[in-house]
Amino acid sequence: MRIEGKGRIDVSTPVKFSFDGQGYTGFKGDTLASALLASGVKLVGRSFKYHRPRGVLTAGSEEPNAMVEIGRGAAQVPNVRATVQEIYDGLDAYSQNRMGPLAYDLLSVNDLFPNFLSAGFYYKTFMWPRAFWEKLYEPVIRRAAGLGSLSGKHNPDHYEKAFAHCDILVIGSGPTGLMAALTAALGGADVILCEESNEFGGRLLSEDEEIDGQPGAEWVASMLDALRDTGRVRLMSRTTVTGAYDQGTYGALERVGLHVNGPAELPKECFWRINARQAVLAAGALERPLAFPMNDRPGIMMASAVRSYLHRYGVAAGRKVTLFATNDDAHRTALDLMANGVEIAGVVDARPDANAQGDYPFFAGAEVITTKGRKALTEITIRHNGSEQKIATDCLAMSGGWNPTLHMTCHMNSRPVWNEEIAGFVPADDAVPGLIPAGACKGTYSTAGCLAEGVEAAKQALSALGGKTPEVEIPQASDAVGGSKPLWLVSGKGRAWLDFANDVTSKDIKLAAQEAFTSVEHMKRYTTQGMAPDQGKNSNIGALAILADATGRAIPETGTTTYRPPYVPVSISALGAGAQGKGFAPERFTTSHDASIERGAPMITAGLWYRPSYFPRPGETTWRQSCDREVNMTRSAVGICDVSTLGKIDIQGPDAGAFLDFVYTNMFSTLKVGRVRYGLMLREDGHVMDDGTTARLGESHYVMTTTTAAAGEVMKHLDFVQQCLRPDLNVRFISVTEQWAQFSVVGPKSRDLLNGLLDAPIDNDSFPYMGCGEVSVMGVRGRLFRISFSGEHAYEIAVPSRYGEALYRQLVTQAETLGGGAYGMEALNVMRVEKGFITHSEIDGRVVPFDIGMDRMVSAKKMCIGKPATLREGLKETDRPQLVGLKPVGAVKELTAGARLFSAGADATRVNVEGYTTSVGFSPSLGHFIGLGFLKDGPNRMGEVVKMVDHVRKVETTVEVCSPVFLDPEGEKLRG
Amino acid sequence: MRIKCPLCGDRDSREFTPMGHETYMNRPDDEGWSPAWDNYLHLRDNPAGVTRELWYHGAGCTSWLRVERDTVTHDILRVELASDAKRGNA
Amino acid sequence: MVKLLAKSPVEGLVPLEINGLTLTESGLGPVTSVAPYAGQEAAASGALKALIGAEMPSPNRSTGREGARVIWTGAGQAMVVGADVDASLAQHAALTDQSDAWVTFRLQGQGVEDVLARLTPLDLNPGVFKTGHAARSQLGHMNAVFLKVAADAFEIMIFRSMARTAVHEFEIAMKAVAARAALS
Ligand SMILES: [Zn+2]
Repeated sequence: MRIEGKGRIDVSTPVKFSFDGQGYTGFKGDTLASALLASGVKLVGRSFKYHRPRGVLTAGSEEPNAMVEIGRGAAQVPNVRATVQEIYDGLDAYSQNRMGPLAYDLLSVNDLFPNFLSAGFYYKTFMWPRAFWEKLYEPVIRRAAGLGSLSGKHNPDHYEKAFAHCDILVIGSGPTGLMAALTAALGGADVILCEESNEFGGRLLSEDEEIDGQPGAEWVASMLDALRDTGRVRLMSRTTVTGAYDQGTYGALERVGLHVNGPAELPKECFWRINARQAVLAAGALERPLAFPMNDRPGIMMASAVRSYLHRYGVAAGRKVTLFATNDDAHRTALDLMANGVEIAGVVDARPDANAQGDYPFFAGAEVITTKGRKALTEITIRHNGSEQKIATDCLAMSGGWNPTLHMTCHMNSRPVWNEEIAGFVPADDAVPGLIPAGACKGTYSTAGCLAEGVEAAKQALSALGGKTPEVEIPQASDAVGGSKPLWLVSGKGRAWLDFANDVTSKDIKLAAQEAFTSVEHMKRYTTQGMAPDQGKNSNIGALAILADATGRAIPETGTTTYRPPYVPVSISALGAGAQGKGFAPERFTTSHDASIERGAPMITAGLWYRPSYFPRPGETTWRQSCDREVNMTRSAVGICDVSTLGKIDIQGPDAGAFLDFVYTNMFSTLKVGRVRYGLMLREDGHVMDDGTTARLGESHYVMTTTTAAAGEVMKHLDFVQQCLRPDLNVRFISVTEQWAQFSVVGPKSRDLLNGLLDAPIDNDSFPYMGCGEVSVMGVRGRLFRISFSGEHAYEIAVPSRYGEALYRQLVTQAETLGGGAYGMEALNVMRVEKGFITHSEIDGRVVPFDIGMDRMVSAKKMCIGKPATLREGLKETDRPQLVGLKPVGAVKELTAGARLFSAGADATRVNVEGYTTSVGFSPSLGHFIGLGFLKDGPNRMGEVVKMVDHVRKVETTVEVCSPVFLDPEGEKLRG
Repeated sequence: MRIKCPLCGDRDSREFTPMGHETYMNRPDDEGWSPAWDNYLHLRDNPAGVTRELWYHGAGCTSWLRVERDTVTHDILRVELASDAKRGNA
Repeated sequence: MVKLLAKSPVEGLVPLEINGLTLTESGLGPVTSVAPYAGQEAAASGALKALIGAEMPSPNRSTGREGARVIWTGAGQAMVVGADVDASLAQHAALTDQSDAWVTFRLQGQGVEDVLARLTPLDLNPGVFKTGHAARSQLGHMNAVFLKVAADAFEIMIFRSMARTAVHEFEIAMKAVAARAALS
């Protein structure tokens, strides 16, 4: 029911929305909850376990009941709190956690058998027989479990993440936060003020209260002007600070586009990483529900929420309202409603010495002992002076006092401290470094106290930053503190709910205690109390008090569970913002990418790089046909392949040679200028890290190549070696991977092709095998290396990347006129396997030089990284799996990589494994499959026939052990 | 978590990768395998309290840093360039 | 004979203009990394000064001006942008041609920091990061060099191979910021 002239809504702007398919109208500024209450809708959802009818309990993000789904289809978002969701034209909301219509939920049958689903039910019930789990129990439980539902489709909405930095972060914009922000800004600090709601002001917008003689809301407006005037405050509304992390890092969730029907580019939410040198926590307090029998009916609400709906949204939560409270503060609810013409049917105060504060039916020392009304509250029964009395009512406002919103102070492992005076937990001292709690979140409940503490906290933060502290006048305000007396549980028949969202009652807590789950952490997990989306904001303290009582301990002795981030649920979409689709990882493209795509090459990823797999030609229907043709073409004429993705590191300085000697197993200081050498790099534990060629371009100038996969790791390793081990070496290096576009020109016609493009022709003398030097290619200064990864007479030619595409196109065109062309990764792989060249399939981090027959490459003349560790016992023993070649001799002619090797007669079981295959391919040169692998004592088993079994792909065959070099073992082609 | 790189200033942890205890800076001189090598490669204390670790500012200036921090409080007590620390140790 | 044609990695992808913010490419001029050898820092700086009138910058800074600028890019390393270097510097420092290794973007317009706040963890608040300041950090998942060249403009260097991803990321952030601006 709307009260004319009340609230902060814009009645000139009606908003149409729907709930469960039915159309409603609210106003701009309404939440879904306020608009539904205004329209008389009380039943908004069903509880999790018993499927009991539930209504709106609160007016904030702590809401346990009114959770809805927004939208339908791919963009459907579940578990949206109706108390937070602002309405907009076209908002399409649905109640959730029901089977069938909301009013006739089929699973509400659960409610008839409450003991059936009591604490530990699942643990006790679904134990045996075991076979029932998969077929019966799990599907049934899954069907009923979970809050809300997902569409199962890819989320089309846009979410974003962002970073913010400030001197002082102020969390919350009630009286404490506003004063803290102003003080901080006047002290010269850059301030971020975060407010969870759409409007700044906190409780001041929800109370009839004056500050400095001004209505609270007006004072808030003037404070916001003052904050803007400082030019130092960034105001972030709709932003919930969700977590406190190390070194002043805070997470915050901003609702950017959830309150409008915005364009696709508008993010729904933004997850902020805020870096604050100091922070003031002014998060206020949350009102404590009362645990009395049947306290969960729609129409039973927090007293503070009833006032929020009245003052902020102009909504009377009922027509005949009752109040059940333990404190003076809550009496305001009755007074405020009466002032706006709402009937108060009774005020029930549990304190015997309480006094009425206005002209309403008053019951001191009384309790509500039960309630009636299936889908909405109709009546309460109270116990007063030993007799029971029924009161007709459609809204019961309850207040058990307040709990400080200290969650953030627990995020770094601090436990809150029990404060007897306010009968609540308050933050421990220095709970989070640099985070200063102030106001209600540390148990200061009077407005006057909050204003003063806000100023004080900001001054403390300013001092910590070494700045001046300004003089700030503290406004006049009420110093009433509410005076609450704790009431943990009203005895009586029926269930008293603690955790509304997870349907945990006082009986569940007692049962847990009775069954020896007396530790608060065990109780929580056994009953699931506090494990719903509200994370126990409404129930933790009550549950703890009941557990304390049930186990005969005091509350501080019983302890408390801690609060962990996030303070409110954060969608995975927001946390992972930017990482969907193309945002997941950068795509790295070579300069030949477009040309490869034009030639129809399917691209495969190599780390972040995209490389062509093969280049199909007309008539070729399988990749194997293309691959075989590319191998033959290259070995008979000439092939072109982009090898720019290999890491290239420019190394210079007087000690460059000494540095390379230290990081490679073999010698580089002795390499002649203009020559290239293959190098093997070890980790300090003696295992192979990477391999590649290094060219000496000048006396103190080398360029190293790494594998594509290890480029980043090698760079990091070289930085480590230079900075942490050998800062004495005068050497400088930098990646030039991106600077040079580099292409393999491979095959007997490679030199002919190059001589058509180079400005000065080359021959075997100017560029012998393993020679290198500068060349001029079509007017561009480039580099030429005569190296081969195929066994063929081959070169790698490099030009600055801007010319890469043009050169690649030239090379391929020229190659085609010579009977060759472009080849892809498949052909590259076949050709290197034919030659027994290793890649990271072989050097997979588990092999030492001995295993790949490169023991002699570890120079005896010098020290290098990894050398001492290669001398360890067991690393040179013949029964280690060592590199061998394999060719099929059984009925099955196919080899697979990753298969296990066994002695011919042995069973193919784990204990009999003698080795494994690493790389395989069909060799068109030889006309059969070939493979590389590791076999125990392999080099001494040449010619032996062993069994290959691929248990995963179900391939089994026999293979002959042979040399890993299948083609041209003397290397005659290389030198031709 | 944030680390104050001596060159780049106060930076978000995503720019860094940890390597482990500073022991890695003190490579033994032994030519062959020895107990010193075994210690260097394999043996580490795991203190609840102050420790010194190597962190790589790979997304920043590419400096290796020696970071003194408390594993209990997560306080970062001191950050220096590993190359400076190495020269100082030598 | 045909000449090899140079191609920009962002050909056809920039310029972009979204709600008053522009993303353009800043030239293909020479870029050379300069890493002074041990004990040669002052000599290298002097040689650089003689050569192009700008010294080696201190960390997180740049020297010179548009056309001949030296940008700090890491431990013991700077990049000379827009000017050639020669042997007078090479005797004091390792010089490496980086002209083709990077794509340099210029992002300019009011609220440029808002776009970058979505892409980098750097603190680019005007009071902290001023014109002439330089930093190494990340743009999305990509390593980057940031240089503030004017009150409303940054130059951002990204590895060439990731140019397309960078444009994609810029565009998303620019559109999101524009969509927010349209809200109020
Ligand atoms: Zn750094």
